[in-house]
Amino acid sequence: MSDTVLEQQQGKVVQQAEAGIATRLATHMARFPMPRDLTFLWTVGAMLIAVLALMVASGLSLALSYTPNATLAFSSVEALERRAPSGWLLRSLHMTGASFFMLALYCHLLRGLIYRSYAPPRRGVWGVGVAVLVMVMVTAFAGYVLPWGQMSYWGADVAGKAVGAVPLVGPTLEAMFLGGDAPGTPTLHRMFVLHFTMAFTLVAAVVLHVAVLHGRGSSSPSGLSGQNPKRLLSFHPYFTVKDVLGVVLMALAFTLVMCFWPGLVSEAENYRPANPLHTPADIEPAWYFLPFYGMLQVVPSKFGGLVVSAGAVLVLFLVPRLDPKSHAATSPWWVSRFVAGAALSVLVLSFILVGLAGRHHVAGVWLTVGRLATLGFFAYFFGFLPWHARQARPEAQL
Amino acid sequence: MIRRVKADLLTCLQGFRQTVFRSVGCGILACVPVQGMAHSLTPEKAPVQHWSFNGPLGHYDLAAVQRGYAVFAGVCAACHSLGAVHFSDLAAAGLSSEQVMALAATWKVPTGPGEPGQSTQRKGQPEDAFPAPYASPDAARAANNGAVPPDLSRVAIVYPGGPDRILALLTGYGAADPQDKPGIHANGFYNPYAIGHRTAMPPPLRDNAVVYADGTAATAAQEARDVTTFLAWVSSPHADSKRRLGVGVALYLCFLAILLVILKRRIWSHVAK
Repeated sequence: MSDTVLEQQQGKVVQQAEAGIATRLATHMARFPMPRDLTFLWTVGAMLIAVLALMVASGLSLALSYTPNATLAFSSVEALERRAPSGWLLRSLHMTGASFFMLALYCHLLRGLIYRSYAPPRRGVWGVGVAVLVMVMVTAFAGYVLPWGQMSYWGADVAGKAVGAVPLVGPTLEAMFLGGDAPGTPTLHRMFVLHFTMAFTLVAAVVLHVAVLHGRGSSSPSGLSGQNPKRLLSFHPYFTVKDVLGVVLMALAFTLVMCFWPGLVSEAENYRPANPLHTPADIEPAWYFLPFYGMLQVVPSKFGGLVVSAGAVLVLFLVPRLDPKSHAATSPWWVSRFVAGAALSVLVLSFILVGLAGRHHVAGVWLTVGRLATLGFFAYFFGFLPWHARQARPEAQL
Repeated sequence: MIRRVKADLLTCLQGFRQTVFRSVGCGILACVPVQGMAHSLTPEKAPVQHWSFNGPLGHYDLAAVQRGYAVFAGVCAACHSLGAVHFSDLAAAGLSSEQVMALAATWKVPTGPGEPGQSTQRKGQPEDAFPAPYASPDAARAANNGAVPPDLSRVAIVYPGGPDRILALLTGYGAADPQDKPGIHANGFYNPYAIGHRTAMPPPLRDNAVVYADGTAATAAQEARDVTTFLAWVSSPHADSKRRLGVGVALYLCFLAILLVILKRRIWSHVAK
């Protein structure tokens, strides 16, 4: 008798402790101090969390009717889209979500580069963020293979051959990735499991990203002066309302694309079932991979292309090392205002141009454009950033 | 007799000469990029049509979709499959469940392999998929002079040029083939909207090929428009629901965004910059 009373009391204590953690977390989130001069570029993070939640929810529902088998995958997606209750809605949410997630991620990343969000003390936030980017790309690629249309199949084929170009271990890696000589049912099983598990790994990585951010505090457009404790505002209500407004505006754009211009985020050729005997005239990845696809092609060597293409993402890990000075260090005004602006414009323009080159099969004039744009892209990281770091005035350095 | 042999020989020689000239010509043309030759065989640009389903706020003309179904069932289905579509899907085109039942019953679907050499068929049920006209791609190839008629489930999306080009192709027969020279018999039919200006599909439509239930005159032009509308609908049957949803959601979000702008301005009103 007394045992049960004791157990009940213990249960109450545990409950209180749990409530305490939840309450403490909520209080921490609500009172988290944020710089007041954050622009709307800082709400993109909230948009990303909203789209990620949408992707996980719609993806789980889609997984209920999907069959990862080379003979059944395409028809299972057709049946889902044509006949499952609201199947068409779930699939268009997921397809539009993929494009919006990548677009928002590129914006988020660009904002980080513009305002040097990678500077100490936020190098950890940047590192986790780039890891999230890499994971999102893997997840997006795996997801694109699943409907098993022509582009899914030939995309997997191109990716398999690219992996196979790695010296020594390439053929083994390719066989591990494809599960055979050519894409087929084993590939679909791998991609399905990868896509499904990566989704939850991503959620965990995003929680880590936010947790590290909360440990270090938010960056601000005005650098250190914006992070002055006297100029901070609590997250709630100032930034909750701002973030919700940002998410609603994004949802509006999302709705317009999904319902009225669905052609922007879908690839017509992928509505043809995968056919190993018929190579499409234009093998082209989803738009968000085009710059990397372009870089893969501008280098004459297969392995060289792979190194450049993968390097374009992995170089982001090095950014805090290439430009290590803190926000306290000041640069001459003409450097921070004009040179940095010009360098960023070259970076963005190069990224777009090499993507266009990738779309035009990197032939003729596009080969030259693609090569120049690839140089322009890497020049930012290996040319501008180290130079920019050296411009810091030593007396101002912390 | 001798005269006929002579004539035959002459035709043969002529043909041979033309072939030689053409191959030599092609060789030269391949070395020197001349626009003319390549351009003449690229499919012509299909005239832009005003479809009711065009644009972000378009909608399908369901009467045309239903008439187009009649054309598909009466003409296209002899060679083309519609494998991803079930009879019950047509309920979304405005048919009642009784109409869908009756429609499905007009089709014969295979019940699977029976005795060796025999295949049995039964009447279609609403949950059946549209049956394929040929048992295998090889059977289709054998019956169509080496070409496999493509599946039409998503044709308006995957066919470059979309509905405009489908309509143009269906009505683009009849002109004299400028490359048709005596002694050379290319496969297929001349059609300026086909790849290489040749298609294996014989001219499919003629006046009164079907009888429309709603009394519309079944001219070949009308049939082409209706069946194109049907194929566009079948390729994205939920486009209308999507647009309707989009209008509602977009209006709701606009309203919400206005409220949030007001709220944000009020909350931030006492914050000094």
